Amino acid sequence: MSTEPNDIDAPLLRNREPLRLHVPQPKRRPGEPPDFSDFTPPEAGSVPRPDVAAPAEEMRPLAFELIRVLDSSGEAVGPWRPDLPADRLVAGLRAMLRTRAYDERMFRVQRQGKSSFYMKCTGEEAVAAAAAMALDAEDMCFPTYRQQGLLLTRGYPMMKMMCQVFSNAEDPLKGRQMPVFYSSKAAGFFSISGNLGTQFSQAVGWAMGSAYKGGDRIAAAWIGEGSTAEGDFHYAMTLASVYRAPVVLTVVNNQWAISTFQGIANGGEATFAARAIGYGVPALRVDGNDFLAIYAATAWAAERARSNLGPTLIELVTYRAEGHSSSDDPSKYRPAHEARAWPLGDPIERLKAHLIALGAWDEDQHLALQAEAAEEVGVALKAAEAIGVLGAGRRPSSSTMFEDVYKDQPWHLRRQRQEAGV
Amino acid sequence: MATMTMVQALNSALDVMLGRDPDVLVFGEDVGYFGGVFRVTEGLQRKHGLTRCFDTPITEGGILAAAVGMGAYGLRPVVEIQFADYIYPAIDQLISEAARLRYRSAAEFTAPLVVRTPYGGGIFGGQTHSQSPEGLFTHVAGLKVVIPSTPYDAKGLLVAAIEDDDPVLFLEPKRLYNGPFSGRHDEPVRPWSGHPAAETPEDYYRVPFGQANVVREGSAVTLLAYGTMVHVALAAAEDTGIDVEVIDLRTLWPVDIETITASVCRTGRCVIVHEATRTSGFGAELSALVQENCFWSLEAPIVRVTGWDTPYPHVFEWEYFPGPKRIAQALRDVVEA
Ligand SMILES: Cc1ncc(C[n+]2csc(CCOP(=O)(O)OP(=O)(O)O)c2C)c(N)n1
Repeated sequence: MSTEPNDIDAPLLRNREPLRLHVPQPKRRPGEPPDFSDFTPPEAGSVPRPDVAAPAEEMRPLAFELIRVLDSSGEAVGPWRPDLPADRLVAGLRAMLRTRAYDERMFRVQRQGKSSFYMKCTGEEAVAAAAAMALDAEDMCFPTYRQQGLLLTRGYPMMKMMCQVFSNAEDPLKGRQMPVFYSSKAAGFFSISGNLGTQFSQAVGWAMGSAYKGGDRIAAAWIGEGSTAEGDFHYAMTLASVYRAPVVLTVVNNQWAISTFQGIANGGEATFAARAIGYGVPALRVDGNDFLAIYAATAWAAERARSNLGPTLIELVTYRAEGHSSSDDPSKYRPAHEARAWPLGDPIERLKAHLIALGAWDEDQHLALQAEAAEEVGVALKAAEAIGVLGAGRRPSSSTMFEDVYKDQPWHLRRQRQEAGV
Repeated sequence: MATMTMVQALNSALDVMLGRDPDVLVFGEDVGYFGGVFRVTEGLQRKHGLTRCFDTPITEGGILAAAVGMGAYGLRPVVEIQFADYIYPAIDQLISEAARLRYRSAAEFTAPLVVRTPYGGGIFGGQTHSQSPEGLFTHVAGLKVVIPSTPYDAKGLLVAAIEDDDPVLFLEPKRLYNGPFSGRHDEPVRPWSGHPAAETPEDYYRVPFGQANVVREGSAVTLLAYGTMVHVALAAAEDTGIDVEVIDLRTLWPVDIETITASVCRTGRCVIVHEATRTSGFGAELSALVQENCFWSLEAPIVRVTGWDTPYPHVFEWEYFPGPKRIAQALRDVVEA
């Protein structure tokens, strides 16, 4: 053993300056003008489209780019341009218009006191509409509360969705869930949880199940950028990469998680897509207000999954144009009119401009489609309201409250039901 | 003295403690700039600075882990979990770490943290904005569990929680944030102003742990409650005309066994009320304690009035919520038994 003493004159590894706790701050707050000067979207068509079987290392740059197809003049350009016929494009536009019309109306009826709560996806309609069209109707979706467009696009009856929002006698969920927490096995739409993030890792398990059984259905999951801070995001990435699960994992980066800007979720030094790199999972960062780009990215990721090449992480860069929910007031934490300044525009306007540029659409047709969507919503609403709204009309029977806790009702629930007199 | 809502009283407690102790810091989802979804931390960031009251990512496990680490460093973190229903991702840090750190390190490391979180029903929040999970946590050795029922107690107990050297789960009855609630949901909403316990000192004071509050004296039956149910129980007691003694526990753990024992041994009857599901709820513990301490004085079986053993169903808010009618019936049954 050496008897050499430690060199007591060596400098201590102390900091020269006091440490400081860093707390990220958004650039702008209420009362200030919106400022997106640090976000300059690249030209549409500028990002290469690799083969789905390309090694993940080669795809790394895609996690920092922004895949865009629709340019500012409404042209669809570049390698990611999906060759969709005009009628499919109109179907996409229709899906988004129906979603917006549904949201607007349901938000208003919430304000009239007919439901306890509502959440819109205004400005983010392309997220669900494009994915629903790019995926197979049989693929299993694990959404958040902001992908109501999946149900609408997959043809789930609007009226049933309204009955859920009203918790009335025809609510398929028997009044048990808060409004917008839909569920439909038939529509491949997993039951929405109030607890953020949980669906992301469950989707991986579902996909592993499908792979285990040698099935042909893949899974798709969505998560808000705020919720990627939950462990579930990381469970999903870990399991999906280890088992090469056939799953399309999408982060909807709509810039805000209630009052916190995206920098609170990720420190602002990297993209959400870039998180996939550490897991060896290919990632695409995509213009989330560009219907065609989302369609193409989802189709690409789905093809990877279907070819046993494993998971893909997609980050959709979009903007939550309205409040978090009917309980929220965004003017308290972000600049007024920030939505209008959002550099990626509005998904409906952009697809509309594209169809017009193609010569396949005009203003009159657009107005007619809008009117048709509003009419459909009006008719469904009348029927749903006739059954009941929160606090009036027909409700599910109260005895159902004690059902489905277990498959068979145990003695204590039978007793409690009797005690409740229902 | 000022008239405060429970939200204002909690805000005042945090404000006072941030002012008194530079080692106190407040963080959680949306608590910084915005001031929290229930506005409890409103203005604190502006007044005390960005690093004393700040927003966190949506990561309850991370929030608790950070609080444990800060506690180990020597700070007194006060964290907010946006709804008690969202505490589950943090449960490992709370149960395996915060609650046991003192014991496993032979008191070398401690976790003097407070977890504030709104709990309970009455707001049509459905199954993930209405739960009352207190019983999960009173079961954990090393945790203290506090539930105030008035603005005055909310502030004094929160100050005591922040000064406590052990981890404290501080559950806030969200239905009481802006006014007392009798459980008669069809009546107009009442504000705190005019309620005697809304009179709250603006500066520092504590309400000690382990001291229940006898909010209504009586000799016929003892009713044990906490949080929102204190007010519902008082309404039920009025309705029956029975001479009910209503005890507001204030701290579930440590529980004030002396006050409970003295009361039940005198009245010989006991009704226990909570919103949480019945099976293995805190009422079961209270019932066992009463039985162990008052068996020879009991004149009737102990009765529990609780939420049903189902998830909290959105549309059946008022069928689920143990309202004054059910409590009144239990009081009559126990007195007539
Ligand atoms: C586990 C959990 N923590 C907190 C909440 C409360 N909460 C509901 S939505 C939300 C913000 C989510 O933001 P993000 O994931 O970005 O999705 P967005 O709402 O923007 O679509 C929060 C904090 C919750 N529902 N679940």
